[in-house]
Amino acid sequence: MGRRVVITGLGVCAPNGVGLHNFTKALQTGVSGVRFQPQLETLKFGCQIAAEPLVKDNLRSHYFTPLQLRGLNASGIVYGVIAGVDAWQDAGLEFASKETPDWDSGILFGTGILGIDKLRESIHLVDDKQVRRLGSTTVLQTMASGISAYLGGILGCGNQVTTNSSACTTGTEGVLMAYERIASGKAERILTGSCSDSGPYVWGGFDAMRILPRNYNQDPTKASRPMSATAAGFVPGSGAGALVLESLESAKARNAPVYAEVLGGAVNSGGQRGEGSMTAPNSEAVQRCIRQAVANAGIKNIAIDSINGHLTATAKDPLEIENWSKALELQGEDFPYVNSFKGLVGHCLAASGSIECVGTVLQLKKGQVFGNVNCEDIHPQILNYVAASKIPQQTIPHAPKIIAKASFGFGDVNACVIFKDCND
Amino acid sequence: MDKEVRYQKLREIIKIYLPEDVSIDQVTQDSHFIDELNINSANLVDIVLDVEDAFDIILENEDMDKLLTVKDALQIIDAKIKNK
Repeated sequence: MGRRVVITGLGVCAPNGVGLHNFTKALQTGVSGVRFQPQLETLKFGCQIAAEPLVKDNLRSHYFTPLQLRGLNASGIVYGVIAGVDAWQDAGLEFASKETPDWDSGILFGTGILGIDKLRESIHLVDDKQVRRLGSTTVLQTMASGISAYLGGILGCGNQVTTNSSACTTGTEGVLMAYERIASGKAERILTGSCSDSGPYVWGGFDAMRILPRNYNQDPTKASRPMSATAAGFVPGSGAGALVLESLESAKARNAPVYAEVLGGAVNSGGQRGEGSMTAPNSEAVQRCIRQAVANAGIKNIAIDSINGHLTATAKDPLEIENWSKALELQGEDFPYVNSFKGLVGHCLAASGSIECVGTVLQLKKGQVFGNVNCEDIHPQILNYVAASKIPQQTIPHAPKIIAKASFGFGDVNACVIFKDCND
Repeated sequence: MDKEVRYQKLREIIKIYLPEDVSIDQVTQDSHFIDELNINSANLVDIVLDVEDAFDIILENEDMDKLLTVKDALQIIDAKIKNK
C-alpha cells in the first residue's frame, strides 16, 4: 500500500464543450459535439462527420504567446495546453517562478500521433527540396512528447515530464501511471492527461477500415450510438482532457479542494492471443483487468455503483458489457449504472480516456450519473446482462460513491481505474 | 525601398521573437541578436525565414554564419536586394 492519491484539478477541451463549465453542462443536458465536416465531404470520406472542439482564436492567445502561435499547426498541442493549463489553475496551482522549476510536480501527458498537419506541411517542403524552410518548431510540434514539453515549459515542472502512448487506452493508463508515481513517493503532483489531433489525416485510416458510421452524414448528432441495437461504428473525435493528481498530504497541506480519490486500478494486454488481435479485445484479458483493478483498489465488486465504459458504438459494445458483468459477477438490477460519453463526444481516440475520466470524476462531484444518448433501442444482448433501468437515458440524481472507468485500445491493451467520491 | 524602411521592416520581424523582458525600444543597429537581445539560436532560424519572405530574397548558409547583429542583417539584406 502506498500513499493516498487524490484529484485536485480538472481541465478539458472537448468536442461538446471547451472548459470545465461548458463540458459539465453539455454532459448533464446531452449536448452533442458531433458535427458535419465539409472537409471530409470534399475528400470523399465515407464518414463525413466528426467531433472536434471548437476553439476560438482569441482563446488560443489566452494560452499561447504570439511567438508560440506563429506556425503552430498541431491541434493536439492546442487542445492539450488548454486542458492542461486549466487543470493546473483549477487545482489552485501556480506556474513555477522564472528561475527555479517545481521539483515535486511532473507531467505525464499522452497522445497517439501529434502535429500531423505540421508533419504534412514538412513532408511537402522536404519533397520540394525546401528542407531549410522547415523552421525551428517542426520537431517540437511533431515529436510525440511535444505536448508534455509545451506544458512542461509553461508550468515549469521539474519532476518527470513525459508522454505515454497506448492507443485509445492512453488517457486512462496515464491516470494510473501518475497515481503509481505519487503513491510510491516519487512525486507530489502530476498533471496527467492526453490529447488527440483533429483532421482527415488522423481519421482517414479509420474510415479506410470501414469502422466509422456512413449513414449519418445528414444527421450527425444521432450517429454515435453506444449500446444501441443500431450502433453503426464510432464517430471519430479529438480534443484533450487533463487531471491534476496529488498526494493526499500535499492536497491537505495546501487546503486544496478534492474532487475524488484514485483508489487504484490495473492495466494489461490480451497479448493478441485467443480471440484477441491487433484490433479486437481478448475478453479474458478485459475481465482480468477489471478484476485486478477492483482488487488493487481494495473494494468489493458490489461497491461499484457506476461504470463509465469504453463503449465506442461498434458491434463490440455487447461483448464489453458481458465482460463487465462476468468480471464483477453482477447482472440485471444488480449491475451498476453504466454510461458512455461517446454518444456526445464521439471517440476522441488517444484523448478519449482522459476526457472521459474528467467526465467520470465530474459525476462524483455533481452527485449525478450523466445520461446516455442514442440508445433508446438498447442492444438486446446487452439486456441479457443489464436491466434497462441501469442504462439511464438522461442524467439522474443518483450520487455514485465509487465509479469504475475503463478504456481499451488497438494492440489489445486495457486499462481500468477506480475513483471514489470524497464528499464526506 | 530605402534603408530606413528596410530597418523598420526588420524591427517588426524581430519584435515577435524578443523575450518578455526585452522591449523593441532597446533594439538598435548594434544589438547582438543572441548576446544582447536574448533571442535563442533556434529562433534566429525563424527570423531568417521571415526576412526571406519579407524581402523576397534567399539567404545562404554563409550569410547565416555572418548574421550576428541587426546591422549584419541589414547589410546582408541590402546586398541581396542589390544583386537581384
